[in-house]
Amino acid sequence: MRRAETRAIVLAALLGAGFLLPALLAPWLAPYDPLAVELAAALEPPGAAHWLGSDEQGADILSRLLYGARVSLLVGVATVALSATLGVAVGLAAGYLGGWWDQALMRLVDVLLAFPGLLLAIALVAVLGPGLANVVIALSALGWTGFARLVRGQVLWIKELDYVLAAQATGAGDLRVMAGHVLPNVLSPVIVQASFAVAGAILAEASLSFLGLGVPVGVPSWGAMLAEGKHVLLEAPHVSMAPGLAIMAVVLGFNLFGDALNDVLDPRRRQDGRG
Amino acid sequence: MTFLLRRLLWTLPILLGVLTLVFFLLHLVPGDPVDLMLGENALPADREQLRHALGLDRPIPQQYGRYLLNAARGDLGQSLHSRRPVAGLILERVPATVELMLGAIAVALALALPLGILAAIQRGHLLDSGSMLFAVLGAAMPNFWLGPLLILVFAIRLDWLPVNERGGIEHLVLPALTLGTGMAALLSRITRAALLDVLGEDYIRNARARGLGRWRVVLRHALRNALVPIITIVGLQVGVLLSGAIITESIFDWPGLGTLLLEAINQRDYPVVQGCILFIATTYIAVNLVTDLLYGLADPRIRVP
Repeated sequence: MRRAETRAIVLAALLGAGFLLPALLAPWLAPYDPLAVELAAALEPPGAAHWLGSDEQGADILSRLLYGARVSLLVGVATVALSATLGVAVGLAAGYLGGWWDQALMRLVDVLLAFPGLLLAIALVAVLGPGLANVVIALSALGWTGFARLVRGQVLWIKELDYVLAAQATGAGDLRVMAGHVLPNVLSPVIVQASFAVAGAILAEASLSFLGLGVPVGVPSWGAMLAEGKHVLLEAPHVSMAPGLAIMAVVLGFNLFGDALNDVLDPRRRQDGRG
Repeated sequence: MTFLLRRLLWTLPILLGVLTLVFFLLHLVPGDPVDLMLGENALPADREQLRHALGLDRPIPQQYGRYLLNAARGDLGQSLHSRRPVAGLILERVPATVELMLGAIAVALALALPLGILAAIQRGHLLDSGSMLFAVLGAAMPNFWLGPLLILVFAIRLDWLPVNERGGIEHLVLPALTLGTGMAALLSRITRAALLDVLGEDYIRNARARGLGRWRVVLRHALRNALVPIITIVGLQVGVLLSGAIITESIFDWPGLGTLLLEAINQRDYPVVQGCILFIATTYIAVNLVTDLLYGLADPRIRVP
């Protein structure tokens, strides 16, 4: 148990120091303007002037990487906030009310899950157009289904527990029982799922931006940086290195953090003393 | 038989839902889709002609009904760009995507089976940790980074393999590796876990007690039973592969469905965009159906919808 807690704290600290703080402090940390075009300094390898080198436009890669972290952070947090809010509400309603509500909501989930992976997001961004808000909407359109299924599953057994039946017997209304008694007990797995979902959203945004369907042209995003790096792979492979490593490290970080949180928050593991 | 029938009937509302969602996709376009497709400087006559060709001048219920009927007949409309039937454009691109996906599955199995087997046999040793590391890193590595790295090393630096055209098997290696590595990472863990489960069974202990060699027991007795979860995961991963193929095709200019979809998005050729999305989703539904049916046939315990 203590090992899992330590692991969660170390991972949170690493994510905080390596991703969250640099993203928040980008305007103060970035040595250059991430949008600066300086063709004379194009494709410089890593050195004293540009620690991670410069790209095709002569912009400083470290500065773009720091500003790109803001895009990843914003999309990750906004997508998960939207998905989790919607998913928890739908999962609660479907699981608790059951019957017709459950059937209708879960069939909608099935239809959305028939679009594999990024396909629905690609379709939505294709019609809505690129842009941060549209990316968040497109990713949340599928993202909420994971939360809804998870919460519905939890609610199905929680609503049969004695304390919920007792609350119902005292005459508490559906809304009050759902919000006051059921919801607090489904939050642990939702928090764990949120950590995995942040990783998924960051990866999905990078994928969309790599395909030219994510952030608008010019905005520094790790996926867009990789797409630019692909054109100059022969003469300047360093352009692709930093954003690729950054995506991988952050995705890995949130996935491992989710694993660790799961070990900390799962009551079955807590009782066993494992973890 | 009831299982088969129920599972088939289950698919119909999902299919209708997917058709409906793809239909309304065009109506989500902010503003007038015709303006977006033709640009703002188009002549009014051209606009009216396109509006009529797409059926956008009719009431929505009528558009929807006609769309469903056409889709049922395999008529997905006409490309605005090439003026060719969308269904034909899609079918032309299917073989390349299927080739890429089969290549990726082959790569995933070729990497994952040996790694998973070695990890299970050497449980707790260096090889086990190494394969765990591969699984964790492989799952976190975006294929749009892996692809360019593979091109850099194997096509540019070493000059061993070609890129950017479809041809013999050597052209398939790098795209298949790019698409298949993530799946290999997952499969190697599944293989290890499935083998460890089976290796604890009595009949394996019996086989060992009969004096059969370790490798023989693993390869002939244990692996055969561990294959069921492995094959199931391959089936379940088809969706991930379909979605990953879009990115992989864009990296290698592979002439499949993914590049068709992306070209259509860039050209605002919405009938082709709708057709591709519909085709990929329907294929996914069909693959899921087949996986479930095969699974139900293979294991009579799992005949629930």
